[in-house]
Amino acid sequence: MKTLLLLIQKEFTLELRRKAVISGIGLYLLSLIFICYLTFSLRQNSISEATWSALFWLAILFSVVNSVAKSFIGEKKGTFIYYYSIAGPHVIILAKIVYNTILCLFLSLTGFLLFSLFIDNPIQDKLIFILTLALTSFGFAAALSLISGIASKANNSNILMAVLSFPVVISILLLAIKITKNVLDGIDRSASTDELLNLLAINCILTALAYLLFPYIWRS
Amino acid sequence: MKTWLKITAIALLFYVHYVGLIADVPRLNILNETIRALYFHVPMWFGMFFLFLLSIYYSIQYLRKPSAALDRKAAEFAHVGIAFGIIGVLTGMLWANSTWGSPWHGDPKQNGAAITLLVYLAYFVLRGSLENEEQRARLSAVYNIFAFAAMIPLIFIIPRMTSSMHPGSGGNPGFNTYDDLDYRMWAVFYASIIGWFLIGYWIATIRIKMKALEEKLIDLGK
Repeated sequence: MKTLLLLIQKEFTLELRRKAVISGIGLYLLSLIFICYLTFSLRQNSISEATWSALFWLAILFSVVNSVAKSFIGEKKGTFIYYYSIAGPHVIILAKIVYNTILCLFLSLTGFLLFSLFIDNPIQDKLIFILTLALTSFGFAAALSLISGIASKANNSNILMAVLSFPVVISILLLAIKITKNVLDGIDRSASTDELLNLLAINCILTALAYLLFPYIWRS
Repeated sequence: MKTWLKITAIALLFYVHYVGLIADVPRLNILNETIRALYFHVPMWFGMFFLFLLSIYYSIQYLRKPSAALDRKAAEFAHVGIAFGIIGVLTGMLWANSTWGSPWHGDPKQNGAAITLLVYLAYFVLRGSLENEEQRARLSAVYNIFAFAAMIPLIFIIPRMTSSMHPGSGGNPGFNTYDDLDYRMWAVFYASIIGWFLIGYWIATIRIKMKALEEKLIDLGK
């Protein structure tokens, strides 16, 4: 437990020290949304709710995949050996998942803010939407941390990361899009509870599997 | 595989193809003669699922006790499974073209099938891009288990939450909602499922033997 907290703390310190990376991801998200804004500003009010949802989730998906990918891909060979000497694989994957959840949540919230600033904010029930963002961040973090571990062993890891992760995160995305649609249409909260619970269940499955399977990736 | 099982598989499929095409079927609206797709399209999915389950089983066994033979089995069952899946999609499109009017309708089950194929194509891309054999076996086993678990909600939960145009869901006439559906149709259907299970298993065992021999030849060549 103590090592877990220590590792999470280490991730944060490293991240804050390498300001270029975090600002790079922020800029990536900003330019993605700005391009959307420029494309749709040609005709005023031309963006429908379905388009908003599609654009939003695409922007979030791409920035999240890119930022979580570097959790193992970017690491130098020496750091792995160092981790191995201080903590077990279970602790490392949990630390990565917690850290990536916070990172993804930060990215999603920033994305939401930028979307409402530049494009539009048609969301009616903000609480449910933010809850959805939190749950999807958790799911993305659990799935993508493990896949980043797999992809980091291959030569063409960046392409592999995208290819391996998209089929896995599709079920999370489908549920999230469904909730987004409910929230956009202003349907009562009780209509979305099933999806939220399902999302939570998927997250638990993915985290448990990542926890069980990570030691096997580690051993090399 | 035992010889009598091979003979059973061939006999069952002869029966399915003969009776499936010749025998009488219930008349249902829209479906009409395409109801025969039940004998040829649906067993593909059962077969695919069975083969993927075997592939997962060998992947789990591999992680418990690594050996080249187990990895070979996991990969070859996935190979044959994906072939079943592709045939399933194609026969489904053929059927959809005549009942729904176009081959691809964005039906939740169709999308689920497409994503399943994507997962296993990604599995083969992963296998192709890792050079170290031991590492390839281990990482692809991990991905196999992980991706399969992630697909479960996609195949079993989401299609049940949304309406589908597939017979049997979303208010469409299904095969099990009709009392007058004679038992002969079920007999052919089950015969087809068992027949294709056996054929899939047979193809996979032949491929596993072939791969083992190929690897032996390479070793001898050195």
